[in-house]
Amino acid sequence: MKLVIIDYGAGNIQSIKFAFQRLGIEAVLSNDAQEISKADKVIFPGVGEASTAMAKLRESGLQDVITDLSQPVLGICLGMQLMCNSSKEGNTKGLGIFNVDVVKFKAAVKVPQIGWNRIENLEGELFKGLQEDYIYLVHSFYAPKSNETIATCTYGEAYSAALQKDNFYGVQFHPEKSGDYGAKILKNFLDL
Amino acid sequence: MLTKRIIPCLDIKDGRTVKGVNFVHLRDAGDPVELAQRYASEGADELVFLDISATEQKRKTLAALVYRVAEKLNIPFTVGGGISSVADVDILLKNGADKVSVNSSAVKRPALINELVAKFGSQCIVVAIDAKEIEGEWMVHLVGGKVPTKIKLFDWAKEVASRGAGEILFTSMDHDGTKEGFANDTLARLCSLVNIPIIASGGAGSMTHFEEAFSLGKADASLAASVFHFKEIEIVELKQRLKDQGIPVRL
Repeated sequence: MKLVIIDYGAGNIQSIKFAFQRLGIEAVLSNDAQEISKADKVIFPGVGEASTAMAKLRESGLQDVITDLSQPVLGICLGMQLMCNSSKEGNTKGLGIFNVDVVKFKAAVKVPQIGWNRIENLEGELFKGLQEDYIYLVHSFYAPKSNETIATCTYGEAYSAALQKDNFYGVQFHPEKSGDYGAKILKNFLDL
Repeated sequence: MLTKRIIPCLDIKDGRTVKGVNFVHLRDAGDPVELAQRYASEGADELVFLDISATEQKRKTLAALVYRVAEKLNIPFTVGGGISSVADVDILLKNGADKVSVNSSAVKRPALINELVAKFGSQCIVVAIDAKEIEGEWMVHLVGGKVPTKIKLFDWAKEVASRGAGEILFTSMDHDGTKEGFANDTLARLCSLVNIPIIASGGAGSMTHFEEAFSLGKADASLAASVFHFKEIEIVELKQRLKDQGIPVRL
């Protein structure tokens, strides 16, 4: 299996690489369009600020490469947010894979949300065989619930902890940092 | 529901765990990686590595340790101790740290916080604040609480939040090492003043103290070192106790 982690200068790549290593898979870091297109599975990471990350993605010329992929793709954290229509953070236009707009948490809750929250309403293959449990999140912006939501968390209100459209998956949380439970989700992704 | 976090802190010197630990079943109690994994398996929500070494090799040794920890650990961890520049943070994050904490360097040059947030994002920048009460006023201290400043704790907390810090790690020097409980009144005030998570530190001696840091102090997370190192408190038992008291924890 060839697993590629897209390396566009805005990711917590090392942690993700290590998480797959613990599952026995040596992921390739790449910003090469051909290598990404040929992979069996693709990880689209991201941390930091949305407009900055999106600008880096455009500079690397990879935005169309990502939207054209037909193999399973997993966006993590900001990666997931960039796969949405848009983000209020820096008024960023996203890749438009998920038909939802990313907005900021209201001040009624502490922002950013940092820590372990319960993941609920699990649907689909990504959560196959898994019960509701706790996952680790760090974020200030979120995707509201939509008809592509395949898991929710509640922070102020229920929102999308995970999204899916066809071969595209996105998780707001960090499976690579969510203990043994997170590792099972990554394993499920590898098994897709 | 977001849960309250329990965070063991490991003091590191020259790549090794400092305090005498008496864990059984550890091949090498001084190896931070083994201890970190042990804490993770016992239910720690996050770890903090505080580097207290002062050698020229410090940066290289710490980066190498961070890499080894990240390889093995599947929960988040923060690295702190003497971090003073964008370059320092860059190397730690590249080696796999999830967050870094800055302390004295941010007090000396507050713009450092903005620079780090702009480059790496709020989510990975923790500002650690050491303070003690002097004549009725909570004052910020430097160098592990040894050097007083003229900066007021609450003013500084608001400033670091407005500069974009993702979290505040507040240590009360008056409570640290006493094992008589956290500075709950001060914590509660901090939590009402800023809208970012507050990690309580200093004073943990019993499970009740953790409970109070959450119920009275309104803290989002509690950090402790010796009670975990010396197994005076078992993390699993602590979390069960908190859960029984109605405090949301990951268990």
